[in-house]
Amino acid sequence: MPAAIRSVLARDRWALAGTVTVVVIGLVAIFADVLTAIEGHDPYTYDASALDPASGLPAGPFGGVSGEHWFGVEPLTGRDLFAIVVHGARTSFLIGLAATLVSIGLGVLIGAAAGYLGGWIDRVIVWSADVFLGFPYLVFMIALGAVVPVEFPRALLLIVVIGFFGWPATARIVRAQVLTLKERNFVKAARTLGASPWEVFRAELLPNLWGPVLVMATLSVPGKVGLEAALSFLGVGVLPPTPSWGRSISAAIEWVAVDPAFLLFPGLALFGVTWGFNALGDGLRDALDPKWGRKR
Amino acid sequence: MISLRYAATRVGSMALVLLIVAFCTFVVFYLVPSDPALMACGKPCTPENLALAREFMGFDEPWWQQFLTFLGGIFTGRTFGSGATAIHCAAPCFGYSFRQNADVLDLIGDRLPVTVSLAVGAAVLWVVLGVGAGVLAALRKDSWFDRVALGASVIGVSAPVYLVGLLGILVLGFKLDVVPVGNYTPFGEDPVRWAWGLVLPWCVLAFAHGAHYVKLTRTQMIDTMGEDFIRTARAKGVAERTVVGKHALRNVLLPVVTLTGLDLGSLLGGAVITERVFSLPGLGGLLIEAVHGRDLPTLLGCTLFAGFLVVVANAVVDLSYGVLDPRARLT
Repeated sequence: MPAAIRSVLARDRWALAGTVTVVVIGLVAIFADVLTAIEGHDPYTYDASALDPASGLPAGPFGGVSGEHWFGVEPLTGRDLFAIVVHGARTSFLIGLAATLVSIGLGVLIGAAAGYLGGWIDRVIVWSADVFLGFPYLVFMIALGAVVPVEFPRALLLIVVIGFFGWPATARIVRAQVLTLKERNFVKAARTLGASPWEVFRAELLPNLWGPVLVMATLSVPGKVGLEAALSFLGVGVLPPTPSWGRSISAAIEWVAVDPAFLLFPGLALFGVTWGFNALGDGLRDALDPKWGRKR
Repeated sequence: MISLRYAATRVGSMALVLLIVAFCTFVVFYLVPSDPALMACGKPCTPENLALAREFMGFDEPWWQQFLTFLGGIFTGRTFGSGATAIHCAAPCFGYSFRQNADVLDLIGDRLPVTVSLAVGAAVLWVVLGVGAGVLAALRKDSWFDRVALGASVIGVSAPVYLVGLLGILVLGFKLDVVPVGNYTPFGEDPVRWAWGLVLPWCVLAFAHGAHYVKLTRTQMIDTMGEDFIRTARAKGVAERTVVGKHALRNVLLPVVTLTGLDLGSLLGGAVITERVFSLPGLGGLLIEAVHGRDLPTLLGCTLFAGFLVVVANAVVDLSYGVLDPRARLT
């Protein structure tokens, strides 16, 4: 599989650019503490000295960008925007990747069970997937944000809920793949030799599912990152003071006319991650699925 | 065209899906520790008052009993309390918001026109522009237009709708001052101002959603134009305009209809983000207010209503298949 990725990156410039973007922002997320230590600010400390006392706006042009505050500061609080964006990357990646892991894991297990076992299990799973796809999940998640107690860790809630609602799409594709794999001779042979369904899944099916699963996972990360940002944007995601791009963008609504820089930095970061994963995923799909590659 | 039996099973399964949505939402909302009676009871809240409030709202019963009462209310209506202070919620009763002292269905009905205006207007725009751009890009593959359309669609797919919306407000609203920002006029009051006030939200939503349609239409169109029946039509001497417009476009329409139906269904229920960005007083606003006010009956009503729209959109998509594609006639 790494060989396949390498060949995609060698041939597809956009996929390469997307990967570089994702890796850079990923490294920023990992080394958030180091970066903010170099700059000398944290995302939580209020700093009135960086503000214009009359208006509450950042002192200095373009949102107060300076050698001291690399991305300027937040209006009203004076918190360092660079530190907020950098630590926001951590929130975004953590929730986006963990939720993808949950949804892809569930989707592969459930989809493979439906395709391989067949019968009533298949029917129940296909039907539940239909119900799930008809579920107004965004509205439900927003409402859930209101009723779950504040003591419950928000990041965990978001990972579980976003991940849980993502399984049907994966399960459908995996089920279709497994239905064709099931008829191949190596799977039949394993079954005849007395392999249990779990052994067949692990040794025969899973190695042949990596391609589509990898493409699905890559393409579903941006949606999950975007969902976290959207929920935080609406005030039902990550709670303050944990930095989140979505919440910063939401706060920027009030200031967009006078301090556009406050919108620009978190917005660009969010766009970068979404675009990067999309470009990489499209490239992988073109390479791994010959039917798609032809059309480009 | 559509058999009675198919229609019956279809309606039955829609009702079942909605029942499950209602059940899940109900169980989650009512099992999570949050007591609406406590908030309605006032301060200081004596245990007697709390018990009275609970009884009045019907929260004193076990949860499954409450769920059955809720379902019953949809068909027969409900009355909360008794005597002079009783509140009657006429059938179909989807709950009563004690927070806003209003029937949940009325609350939804008040806000629905805004969301419908937003969603339908945007959908018309994105289907026309998205499909148009996709077809043109496919016919002139690798031309500058194709590149620009693809580039714009890449941005549209990746940029969150609130980001595009805020940039639109910033550039078009504040800096250039060409479109109004943040005022909604009902259609009945002044249709011109209604449309003018919604221009920016429509364009923003159309940009975000249309991107998918450009990609989809372009791929489908390139595929279809390479098929044998297109070559046959051209060989027969059919005008290129008819080849594209009648033969090819018909094949492209099926997936477009699917996507439109699903998008519209979820958008009507969940234009929450767009409404917040443009401060439009629609269903999304109602939902957010209910979240902040811990207004459980309204939350339940909104979720159920959003589910209803998704389910109906799915059904409409399935039915339109039979009209568009004779091979998919339903039996």
